[in-house]
Amino acid sequence: MSHAVVTDKRPSSLRGAQLPKWSPWAIAAGSLAVAVGIGLAAGLHSRIQWGLIAALLFIAGTFGIAARVEGKRQAKDRVATSLVWVAFLIAVVPLVSLIWVTVQRGMKVLDGYFLTHSMGLVADSEPGGGIYHAILGSLEQVGLATVIAAPIGVLTAIYLVEYGRGNLARAVTFFVDVMTGIPSIVAGLFILSLMLIFDMQPFGFAGSLALAILMMPVVVRSTEEMLKLVPNELREASLALGVPKWRTILKVVLPTSIGGITTGIMLAVARIAGETAPVLLLVWGNPFINANPFEGAQASLPLYIYQQYANSAGSGAAYDRAWAASLTLIAFVMILNLLARGIARWKAPKTGR
Amino acid sequence: MDITTAPTDAPPPLSQPSPTEQKRAARGATRPGDRIFLGLSRGSGILLLVIMAAIAVFLTWRAALAISEDEGNFLTTFEWNTQAQPPVFGIAVLAFGTVVSSIIAMVIAVPIAVAIALFLTHYAPRKLSGPIAYVIDLLAAVPSIVYGLWGALILVPNLNGLYAWLDQYLGWTGILEWNGGAPRSMFTVGVLLAIMILPIITNVSREVFRQVPQMHEEAALALGATRWEVIRMAVIPFGRSGVISASMLGLGRALGETMAVATVLSPSFEIQASLLDPGGGTFAQNIASKFGEASEFGRDALIASGLVLFVITLLVNGAARAIIARRKEYSGANA
Repeated sequence: MSHAVVTDKRPSSLRGAQLPKWSPWAIAAGSLAVAVGIGLAAGLHSRIQWGLIAALLFIAGTFGIAARVEGKRQAKDRVATSLVWVAFLIAVVPLVSLIWVTVQRGMKVLDGYFLTHSMGLVADSEPGGGIYHAILGSLEQVGLATVIAAPIGVLTAIYLVEYGRGNLARAVTFFVDVMTGIPSIVAGLFILSLMLIFDMQPFGFAGSLALAILMMPVVVRSTEEMLKLVPNELREASLALGVPKWRTILKVVLPTSIGGITTGIMLAVARIAGETAPVLLLVWGNPFINANPFEGAQASLPLYIYQQYANSAGSGAAYDRAWAASLTLIAFVMILNLLARGIARWKAPKTGR
Repeated sequence: MDITTAPTDAPPPLSQPSPTEQKRAARGATRPGDRIFLGLSRGSGILLLVIMAAIAVFLTWRAALAISEDEGNFLTTFEWNTQAQPPVFGIAVLAFGTVVSSIIAMVIAVPIAVAIALFLTHYAPRKLSGPIAYVIDLLAAVPSIVYGLWGALILVPNLNGLYAWLDQYLGWTGILEWNGGAPRSMFTVGVLLAIMILPIITNVSREVFRQVPQMHEEAALALGATRWEVIRMAVIPFGRSGVISASMLGLGRALGETMAVATVLSPSFEIQASLLDPGGGTFAQNIASKFGEASEFGRDALIASGLVLFVITLLVNGAARAIIARRKEYSGANA
């Protein structure tokens, strides 16, 4: 019947009947309203359930309406579109929730006092204390790891791009790929096995070594990509002027790609700054301020979050501190990310396009 | 040129090494600065290989120390009792938990990640797709411990409703029965892991879908295909191997994730028949939670379980990279 109506309406058009442009929005709004209604009526407390009902209604509704008006093939197309949109929303919900909760709960105790005091004389279940010792430890461990990993990573990438031919280069490429996938806890266990052999107590630098292992392949990968973007004409021009290859690399290739390399290193730093597992095994954590990474247990920001969560037996004050430390850590990582992207855009190599 | 000079000047045996010498001179590898620089860069490449070898050697060494003392079968024992005399421990529960949580994560994450990749390449308005890709990258940048904290304090309490549903409608399967305990189970771990591996699968799939030849899509469109039919007939077949390798990279992440599992799961050394019941454990989680009170021998035992995890992730990642590398050769995407 609907078919007849449609042909009557638009007899001259070669296209089939179409839903108006606003119809997906209308269906979405409708299904959301119905889902809220069902949720309230059935007394479902969890918002997750409401969302899932809405998503199912949206997809079913889209298919039903589109199949009636536009035909089955178009209906399938619309269902695929709505599925893709729903998938995207499902992925965004946790991110929004995570950032919202972290900011909301973290702001409670995050202030100047929190950032400049340690947990030295504060019991885990009581309010007070701060993360100064953890920030200090994190900065030292990540800084040392960067000092070790960045030069090795960049040099390896230079070897792969500028010199690498044959079996050695192929092996390095493959194992860099494989190394990217090493779980952080395995890197921690590796350093731990060395510490067991030499009978050493936990200290900050051991954590740096494990973090450096995690950082190297990331730096190699990103630097490699950046070096490949440098136009060959630049190298050839320099070599044609009689400049030795090593000076060509140092004076022409690296300056051209320095922005991208810096970005890669900063992203790698952001990645290892959040690693907890190796620090847990190798650095132990310490409520007091220890500024010496080469002796004695240290704290670190991600480890502090874990210990506030795990060792406090559900104390609200400890959870507040954990959220505040999470907020600090996320802020640090995000700022690094933004800076890195900014540098990448600012110093992007000119590729003649 | 060679033909004119060869008979008069150079005897054949001397002319043979000369091309390589010329080549070396042209490359400039004889200058000291060049030699030092080449040595440095090659040295760091070799250092990476040495580190990988050292990881394997030292883990195996310490693991061997522990396993030789183990009274139980290391692969099939359902216990982790390193303090006992003689010690009895095995990885059966850990292997089961690691595999199950990763499978749940993959089942949830792969379809969503592929859909988001399609969304970014084929559905989203051009203006939106840049910022959205950035949001997905942000998901990847959040440290795993923050996911763990969020999972334990926010996700777990909110999953009660979903658990009740699963129990009500799918409880008959046996693996989704729920006895009303706190939802700190393998299923919750899987959900959290899915959120965490979403970005990597999305990013790799997106790169693959971008490389689909425009001609294939336009040919399908010209035949009157809808957008979904274009994706089903042109995009998915082209991108299949890429999606598989992307999923395996995500799997590698899920297998080795430590802190998110350690905060969310309430562990025990038994295999639960239902995914919704708390209990079980994973390799990485077990190391993190048992490490604190472990003796030196206990640490060696944990290193032994870490070695198994290392080998598994090595195989999974190696396979994923091999698939990607094979793809590059025939797709022409390496240009």
